[in-house]
Amino acid sequence: MTIGRSLGVALVGLDGHVVNVEADIADGLPGYILLGLPDAALSESRDRVRSALVNCQESWPNRKVTVSLSPAWLHKSGSGFDLPIAVALLAASTQLPIDRIDGVLFLGELALDGSLRSIRGILPSLIAAYKAGIRTAVVPWVNRLEAQLMTEMEILPMGNLSQLLRWLRLGEREIEQELPLSIENEEEIFDFSDVAGQSQARKAAEISAVGGHHVLLIGPPGAGKTMIAQRLPGILPPLSREEALEVSAIHSVAHGLSTRSALSACAPFVSPHHTATRVAMVGGGSHVIRPGACSLAHRGVLFIDEAPECGPGVLDSLRQPLESGSITIARSVGSVSYPAAFILVLAANPCPCGKFTGRGRNCTCSAQQVRRYLSRLSGPLMDRIDLRVHVDALSRVELAQTDLGESTKVIQKRVQDAREIAAVRFKDLPWKRNAEIPSRALRTSFLPERAGMNYLHAALDREQITARGLHKVMRTSWSIADLEQHRLPTLADVEMAYELREGTRR
Amino acid sequence: MTTHNKTIGEFGEKAVADFLILQGATILDRNWRIKEGEIDVVALMPTGVIAFVEVKTRRSYAYGHPLESITRDKALRLQRLALAWLVTHKCFGRDYHIDCAAVLIAENGSHSIEYRAEVL
Repeated sequence: MTIGRSLGVALVGLDGHVVNVEADIADGLPGYILLGLPDAALSESRDRVRSALVNCQESWPNRKVTVSLSPAWLHKSGSGFDLPIAVALLAASTQLPIDRIDGVLFLGELALDGSLRSIRGILPSLIAAYKAGIRTAVVPWVNRLEAQLMTEMEILPMGNLSQLLRWLRLGEREIEQELPLSIENEEEIFDFSDVAGQSQARKAAEISAVGGHHVLLIGPPGAGKTMIAQRLPGILPPLSREEALEVSAIHSVAHGLSTRSALSACAPFVSPHHTATRVAMVGGGSHVIRPGACSLAHRGVLFIDEAPECGPGVLDSLRQPLESGSITIARSVGSVSYPAAFILVLAANPCPCGKFTGRGRNCTCSAQQVRRYLSRLSGPLMDRIDLRVHVDALSRVELAQTDLGESTKVIQKRVQDAREIAAVRFKDLPWKRNAEIPSRALRTSFLPERAGMNYLHAALDREQITARGLHKVMRTSWSIADLEQHRLPTLADVEMAYELREGTRR
Repeated sequence: MTTHNKTIGEFGEKAVADFLILQGATILDRNWRIKEGEIDVVALMPTGVIAFVEVKTRRSYAYGHPLESITRDKALRLQRLALAWLVTHKCFGRDYHIDCAAVLIAENGSHSIEYRAEVL
């Protein structure tokens, strides 16, 4: 009786579970049984592992092979178990000394020639393994950058199975390399100086970056709505190491960090097309629950162009993550929570033809069509949006101006200064951004100046805003005050916040 | 099947029978054939259990391990054939097991036997 053991990780959302891979080789007809609720990709591991072993001049046991992945009740998916299965098999057929396998995590998909292919979710897998007390991990060479973010563990990147076996048998490693570990901040950033005019929208973007307020941009086609939204991540302060790890983990699970560098400090920018489904927006899937656009935009910006064209219910599915900063998806295989704290930026045309701007002379829509168009954005959703800005078509005066607007760098500096002021104010408090101040705290300890409050109470008396609207305006006014370096929001700050909330044209 | 392969098969079955006799077994039947198929060797083992043996003979591993050619369907057929043999010979209810033997004939004419008991 021979049994080989090794360790792998099964991911459920961002949570990893360490899986004991056991291989038993028994007398009987040659056969292979894989136990432990494998999905289709995992069931195919048999043929990959076999070819890889044979092509690395290892012998395949022509006997009855039983591989068990425990805990047995947990659904396992993906090709990341190829490597632990191969190692357990070789250990079972006593082709490997077992002392070096002990306590080492193996991750990787095997190619037929024995080379190691990349897998998704390396980072969350390593985090789970670390929490379970594992300190050494073998990962595919192609995933090494992502894996080395886990500095607390010894990471052994391997290019192919032969390299790994040489290490397991002889303790030799071919390539010794230490990669520089620094927070990268060099992704291509769109610059705000490209945007001509649009002073109010620029201001709104800045306020949004300071306090984490959601934005609606209304304007005709070609006015620069998309340009402004694309430049919003650039003025957000760089992500801290913890935040960058969190964001990388989500992107790793979603698509193996193919679209984002491993430790990028840039806030992500995600812009799903308006035909996106609810599942694409919030995440889902029947076997493996994958993060959706709102989780990919975690700590960054979720931009939805042509928002009124979105399918029914798609935008409203964002209401829960907007409220709680995370999304819980329940399916038959289990329920999974992904973080989803993002700044929502919606862009919309003023009417179906898009020309209802200025005096609206060229607009071909009926008055009813115009009224209906923006009402496709539901009331509860609009209620969560603090800044509503009209982005009007540029006049020739604005276009003719040769001096460029402020650059991203200048604005980001201001945003960062404002965030620091807020950080001092919120020291010892559980929230960090102005948009997150609970209403109770707003009424007790974070009141604007008396004149500002009087202005808001007057609006409340005239039934121009609701109680919730009043709180929203107060939060925005704090962001404006931080930008202007006022100790308390002044009357002017409150007025501006009110105008931005109501979408009043200047 | 060509005569050549048939000769090889017969050689393997004979080799396995001799091997079993050396183990102290009594050969009860050889190449028992009905419509559904054939049992290569039936032997009464020293333990008193009846063994039904499927023999696979090869001259190289070029086409994989000989026992790999026993598919699930074939294994199930062996099971049915074994029961049929027991019924025909009024032994139904006796303990039995199904074994497989792989015979590899080397180029110099010598052979090796890999015997796996109780494969089903």
